[in-house]
Amino acid sequence: MSAHHDAPHEKTFAEDLAAKTGIDVRKCYQCGKCTAGCPMVPDMDYTPSQIMRLVQIGNRDAALGSTTIWFCASCFTCSTRCPQEVKIAEVMDALRERALREKKSHPKARKILAFLKSFLGSVRRTGRLHEVGMVMEYKTRARDFFSDVLLAPAMFLRGKLKLLSKSVKDRQAVARIFERTAGRK
Amino acid sequence: MATGYFPGCSLEGTAAEFDMSIRCLAQALDLELREIDDWNCCGASAAHQTNHLLGLALPARTIALAAAQGLEEIFAPCAACSNRLIAAQAEWLGDAGVRAEVERAIDMALPAAPVPVRNCIDFLLPHIEKIKTAVTRPLAGKKVACYYGCLLVRPPKVLAFDDPENPTSMETVAAATGAEPVAWGFRTECCGAAFAMSSTASVERLCERILVNAKAEGAHMVIVACPLCHANLDMRQPKGMALPVLYLTQLVGLAVGVAPKALGLKKHITPVAAAIA
Repeated sequence: MSAHHDAPHEKTFAEDLAAKTGIDVRKCYQCGKCTAGCPMVPDMDYTPSQIMRLVQIGNRDAALGSTTIWFCASCFTCSTRCPQEVKIAEVMDALRERALREKKSHPKARKILAFLKSFLGSVRRTGRLHEVGMVMEYKTRARDFFSDVLLAPAMFLRGKLKLLSKSVKDRQAVARIFERTAGRK
Repeated sequence: MATGYFPGCSLEGTAAEFDMSIRCLAQALDLELREIDDWNCCGASAAHQTNHLLGLALPARTIALAAAQGLEEIFAPCAACSNRLIAAQAEWLGDAGVRAEVERAIDMALPAAPVPVRNCIDFLLPHIEKIKTAVTRPLAGKKVACYYGCLLVRPPKVLAFDDPENPTSMETVAAATGAEPVAWGFRTECCGAAFAMSSTASVERLCERILVNAKAEGAHMVIVACPLCHANLDMRQPKGMALPVLYLTQLVGLAVGVAPKALGLKKHITPVAAAIA
């Protein structure tokens, strides 16, 4: 028996994820079913099964720096079909959270991050998503001013664009939720 | 039993016609809806993708409010809202530590017993006989492609609603109107969801294959029960497609004799009039 079996070892990436999320990526045997059913693979640098493998071998930087975690649509097809019951879509959430915290997100995720921040910014301010306000903030953040300019008048004429936001009455209650959940876990 | 109505943010904006058709239909079928007072955004995918606890706490506040207001179940017509409410609740029901953490975040007590949450199909299913009796304008000859997308059926262990690979509940409701559901291959394929602006090309790619298949199988229209599916399929159609996309509540509303304008059928980007004539 060598001594290192008993010595406390630093948690591997997969062990760390398992401890925090209850999802054990080590169960993945690389069958590729998640990748076969993933609708977003054409937009990803690594396939979902490759991300599982990167986690297994402890290649943190490649997993957290991938475009994959950001182009995952959270459609849950992978989690539904995994024969090993690995919650792959939920792993993507956990990887996104880490990538954000460690400021490692891929440059190609810029517009997606701008969208997520604009969405949550709108909810934090009024407790409800104000679509028009969110789109304006997104366009500023993403420096994307000209997409869908032809769609906007048609939507406006059909009463789909509400210029005034509807707010919850207790804005403080929602603002507190954002404060208390910031930077947790 | 008092049902709490949780319209969600989209139904106050881009999906106003979903809300209009639900309220008309509830009235026509004599179903009582009480809007949850001071409900807030469920956080949708943006919250759970970036902050797990926020993704639990935002739905939790609305569920706690509903329980405090004496509502025994929640009807959340938006697929993302119903999905998030069910998924969040499942997490704290199975873990006292999570429950305590969420209660701390919202500064409210969560109800001890689960509050049942119904999506749009689930809300209509128990009233199928009532719908059949109420039909005054049967939609015979209308071929409809029922589209579920992702969040009505996945993840199945959490939602426990219908078969995730071969669901049939929406077809059951649609058939009650006299319409003819077609068999097709993209019923549970993703539309690209929230990437409408941040990766528009992805949404166009995914919507195209869904719409092309529905049309190829002879559908006159696509039926949905999710505002995001509707926005993407209605607004991101390839040139020359012109396949109308209706909410399930609009289809049923038409059959029970509600006027098309009251159902918001003029609010769609892809014109509907010819398909429902």
